[in-house]
Amino acid sequence: MEDGGSTRAELVTLYRTMLLIRRFEERAAELRQEGFIPGFLHPYIGQEAVAVGVCAALGAEDVITSTHRGHGHMLARGADPRRMYAELYARVDGYNRAKGGSLHMIDTGLGFLGANGIVGGGIPLATGAGLQRKREGNAGVAVSFFGDGATNQGAFHESLNLASLWKLPVLYVCENNLYGEFTRQDKHQPMTDIARRADSYAMPGVVADGNDVLDVLRVAREARARAAAGEGPTLIEAKTYRHRGHYEGDMGAYRPPDEVREWLARDPIVTFGAWLVERGSVPQGELNEIAARIENELEDAAAFADASPHPQPDEALEDVYRDTYEGMALR
Amino acid sequence: MRLISYAAAINEALNEEMERDSEVFLLGEDIGESGGVFGVTKGLQERFGADRVLDTPISEEAIVGAAVGASLLGGRAVVELMFSDFSALAMDMIANQAAKTHYMSGGQLTAPVTIRLVTGYVGSGAAQHSQSLEAWFTHIPGLKCVAPSTPADAKALLKTAIRDPDPVCYFEHKLLYNRKGEVPDAIEPLPFGQARIVREGSDVTIVAYLKMVLDAVEAAEILAEEGISAEVFDPRSLVPFDRDGLRRSLERTGRLVIVHEAPTRGGFGAEIAAIAAEEYFDLLRAPIARACGANTPIPYAPELENRVIPDPTRIADAARALVEAGSAVH
Repeated sequence: MEDGGSTRAELVTLYRTMLLIRRFEERAAELRQEGFIPGFLHPYIGQEAVAVGVCAALGAEDVITSTHRGHGHMLARGADPRRMYAELYARVDGYNRAKGGSLHMIDTGLGFLGANGIVGGGIPLATGAGLQRKREGNAGVAVSFFGDGATNQGAFHESLNLASLWKLPVLYVCENNLYGEFTRQDKHQPMTDIARRADSYAMPGVVADGNDVLDVLRVAREARARAAAGEGPTLIEAKTYRHRGHYEGDMGAYRPPDEVREWLARDPIVTFGAWLVERGSVPQGELNEIAARIENELEDAAAFADASPHPQPDEALEDVYRDTYEGMALR
Repeated sequence: MRLISYAAAINEALNEEMERDSEVFLLGEDIGESGGVFGVTKGLQERFGADRVLDTPISEEAIVGAAVGASLLGGRAVVELMFSDFSALAMDMIANQAAKTHYMSGGQLTAPVTIRLVTGYVGSGAAQHSQSLEAWFTHIPGLKCVAPSTPADAKALLKTAIRDPDPVCYFEHKLLYNRKGEVPDAIEPLPFGQARIVREGSDVTIVAYLKMVLDAVEAAEILAEEGISAEVFDPRSLVPFDRDGLRRSLERTGRLVIVHEAPTRGGFGAEIAAIAAEEYFDLLRAPIARACGANTPIPYAPELENRVIPDPTRIADAARALVEAGSAVH
């Protein structure tokens, strides 16, 4: 691992954010088991270094589209865990006022344009967001997170073609976690390095170690600099692994135990924590304190969600359109 | 007042809206340098530059997605689908993304994109270049759907669509492009949900939109010669639909014929019929009739195409049958 010039405080923040995501997801799984969360959950556990590394390279004016596995991206962008849990609990203080849930969470204030229930659905949207940023004079870039599965969608190929043709400021971040839903990569695409798909579109394609937050950060910084300078998009392939199944409840039995063991031994948070300690600058005690503070924060977030009211049934009829007719959903 | 074509009216609306708001920009296949396959966007790239009138690859999902994505950040993208049939390739961006953004975000975000869908038959365009797919879109909550039949309405409604805060599907009919009509020198945006009575009548209301308005008017002329007074009702926008206008018309006539090119089964006419049956049943003196497209793809040969698309004779036949049966039913 190379610190790439990050300050001690920045390094500690990277660790803290990764751990926040990990514990947010583990608790969410428990809360769902206990019946507090009604919908689907696709845990980000194991992939934390990707979201955190990329988001650390971004500026406030940058925007993000995410996936069905979006909690990590949103937290890495600085979202409020209280409002996230409230949304998962389907309560009115949730980010989307209980209309979206895990698959559609949005925080426009953070430039987080949304998780997405459609595999690959966010890719054209980020391309358009990049187009708009370019129209505004390259005031920021757009980032699209997606998985290996999404790179078989037309939306991916059409978007990369368009973005490269128009030199749009977009970072296409593929989190190759080796599985598209239940299907291993070698059974859903005929190559291993997704970054090579960039060659078809005459754009840089870069592989990052998706379990090394500093490597992801380095690659994302370079890509962002190119985009902001008007040099166009980059495809980043971050190789990583999903510690759990596709969704909470999927045991992932289709994965060979040796493979799982091997990747668990490369846990991005454990690895980075050990590096911080070994490097001498961060005592283990400080990491323990960080972990304790996260527990308190998440305890508070879950309590906030639980205290938030349920929506009134008639709220279902609101928000279909921005302008309403006679206060009703448009007929 | 000037006499200009439907295509020219659309071009003027785009021109004036681009002039008014620098956030308005256009994307589509061959719309820039070539001015569009039907010439609707002619001269706009020359005037506003290639940065605001973007020629795109043949890549419907990406271009509609790019328009939607830009609109999330305040761009006012107007995207052309050269043939509405090609919307099938962009359906995720329209139906799953743009339409639902405002709702699923709990009102945080909206996608105020305008999608121009070039629609309807054109004469031997066959099955993949002739469809009328409006019912796909009227069925999706979150989309507004507009279907103008005259140059003046085309211009006014496109201005409204571009300024509207929600995604709008704007259907424009190929066979109307060269039709001329009077357009005021300065025209204001026309609020959605206001029907137009094209021709007044007292015996039967014929609801028709897009090119079928012309056929409905011809049918009304045939009927007039027989002493039947037909009212032609052009809703102009399908979502929202002018229910009160329909009620007022049925109060005058008590009979309803619905006309569209799209296949009868599951077409928007079924929705209009349901509105009339559920809300205005007491005004009806006869069953509701539909003179709509056959439940087939659009065929190639002129004889076959004419067989499946409604024409003035079939519309008049449907209306006449209602009037003749009317007293017996009541």
